[in-house]
Amino acid sequence: MNHFPGTWGRPRDDVYGAYNPSYLQTTGPKTHTSSPAVTGTSVVGVKFNGGVALATDNLASYGSLARFTDVKRLRIFGDKAVVGFGGDVSDMQYIDRLLESIDIRENYSSHGNMLNAKNLHTYLAKVFYKRRSEFNPLWNHILVAGFDGEGKPFLSSADLLGTTFSAPHLATGFGAHLAVPILRRLFPDEMPIENVSREDAVNALKQCLKVLYYRDARSLDKYSIAVITEEGIDLKEDEQLENQSWAFAERIKGYGAQTV
Amino acid sequence: MTSIGTGYDLSNSVFSPDGRNFQVEYAVKAVENGGTAIGIRCKDGVVLAVEKIITSKLLKPGANKRIATVDRHVGIVSAGLVPDGRHFVSRARDEASSWRGVYKGPIPTSALANRLGGYVQAYTLYSSVRPFGVTSIVGGWDSEAELAVDGQVGQGPQSGAGGKVEGAKAGGPGLYMIEPSGLYWGYYGAATGKGRQAAKAELEKLDLSSEKLSLLDGVKEAARIIYVAHEDSKDKDFELEMTWISSVDGPTKGRHEEVPQDIREEAEKAARRALDEEEEEEDKGQGEQMEE
Repeated sequence: MNHFPGTWGRPRDDVYGAYNPSYLQTTGPKTHTSSPAVTGTSVVGVKFNGGVALATDNLASYGSLARFTDVKRLRIFGDKAVVGFGGDVSDMQYIDRLLESIDIRENYSSHGNMLNAKNLHTYLAKVFYKRRSEFNPLWNHILVAGFDGEGKPFLSSADLLGTTFSAPHLATGFGAHLAVPILRRLFPDEMPIENVSREDAVNALKQCLKVLYYRDARSLDKYSIAVITEEGIDLKEDEQLENQSWAFAERIKGYGAQTV
Repeated sequence: MTSIGTGYDLSNSVFSPDGRNFQVEYAVKAVENGGTAIGIRCKDGVVLAVEKIITSKLLKPGANKRIATVDRHVGIVSAGLVPDGRHFVSRARDEASSWRGVYKGPIPTSALANRLGGYVQAYTLYSSVRPFGVTSIVGGWDSEAELAVDGQVGQGPQSGAGGKVEGAKAGGPGLYMIEPSGLYWGYYGAATGKGRQAAKAELEKLDLSSEKLSLLDGVKEAARIIYVAHEDSKDKDFELEMTWISSVDGPTKGRHEEVPQDIREEAEKAARRALDEEEEEEDKGQGEQMEE
């Protein structure tokens, strides 16, 4: 009989050899995020005459699992800027809290939060660049929509590397491949944004989201849409894609249990 | 003062034989010279007001604010040494932000008052520091509606475990006053600074403990009380600075903001009228006495 209770129930040293305690070490090399976990897919945005419209679906995926279906990925900053988040949802929450603290600090002065969408975009791009330079990126691709210092509609993107890009219409993630061609056809380069009405922009976004829902397996038919104008922000977070037609799906071949 | 010159007033953290900390009492003296500051706790909000004595004609009117915002839902006004008040506000902002860091939501007014009380009290304990030369009034509104956690993205379960108790009452107005000793109480109406005696007398007439006074009436009363409290230092010009925090469905939506110019000016006009009427009545009273 072994009279030392500490060894009871453990593999015997004389049979298995001494236990290697290095497995239990809590210290080790510092690790950073090297892939996102819970993710949101595309963000799509269009400038129009007097404002900007921005849309995302309401899904957060865990890998290929449609894990959370009521996720709000459009975030309001101040009273005239919206940030649309694609990529890691926890990093989005971190940035959301960061922006909240900035908004609170800005409101300490008597003139309130004077930061416009352009300032916000510059700031966020620098945050992304700082974090990627530390090899610890915030895994997002964002669109910032609102107005610049001259009161003109502003739409620009920033990604996890700190890369920035501006255009009259933009999309992140899968949308960069599927939505941008649609938007380029609807609103060609030579077309000034003064010729784009609010309805045109909103309808284009809905069309893009529908195509994305058809072809992007990490998307959802529930979506959020924000329209930013001088009057303020009109944010709808519980919309449903309408007039879907899956007829085209029958003609797609090359996957699944097809016999042909 | 009886113990002046006996040595017990030179250092903080040293009691006098009769159990007093003279440094703290001197700090209270500094407060008693400051412009009058008041706070009123109404049924649907809190009003803060301060009498800002104009020390120079070269100062821009309306600039150099004396009431500060902490987080979004709390305001702080101090009487006494202005720089001490600024440092106090800066600490309050740090506390509010660290609360958010831990709890992902706004700090309740009561918790903020508690932490600030502890902070001020610590400055009565050590010989290397002096106590705060301010008495501060902290007013806030704790949201009665359910707040989203900071960074919240979705709703969670609509039924079953994780559901919320229906009809539970939460939030409301909060008003606290913190003194140089670190002592703080919750108040229905608080006053400090030079005109505090007159202001307290007026506050007591309002029957605030029945919690019937509305925020808009509170604004009018606050303006009037500052004007009444100013009567004793009439030779000096002053500016009235006034802020408010309403309920979430009220005019400021639970945020601490400056009272809009039109409402403030109307309240000031009413305050001046009330003072004039009072004076007239006094004159009349004296006239009647003369006749007798």
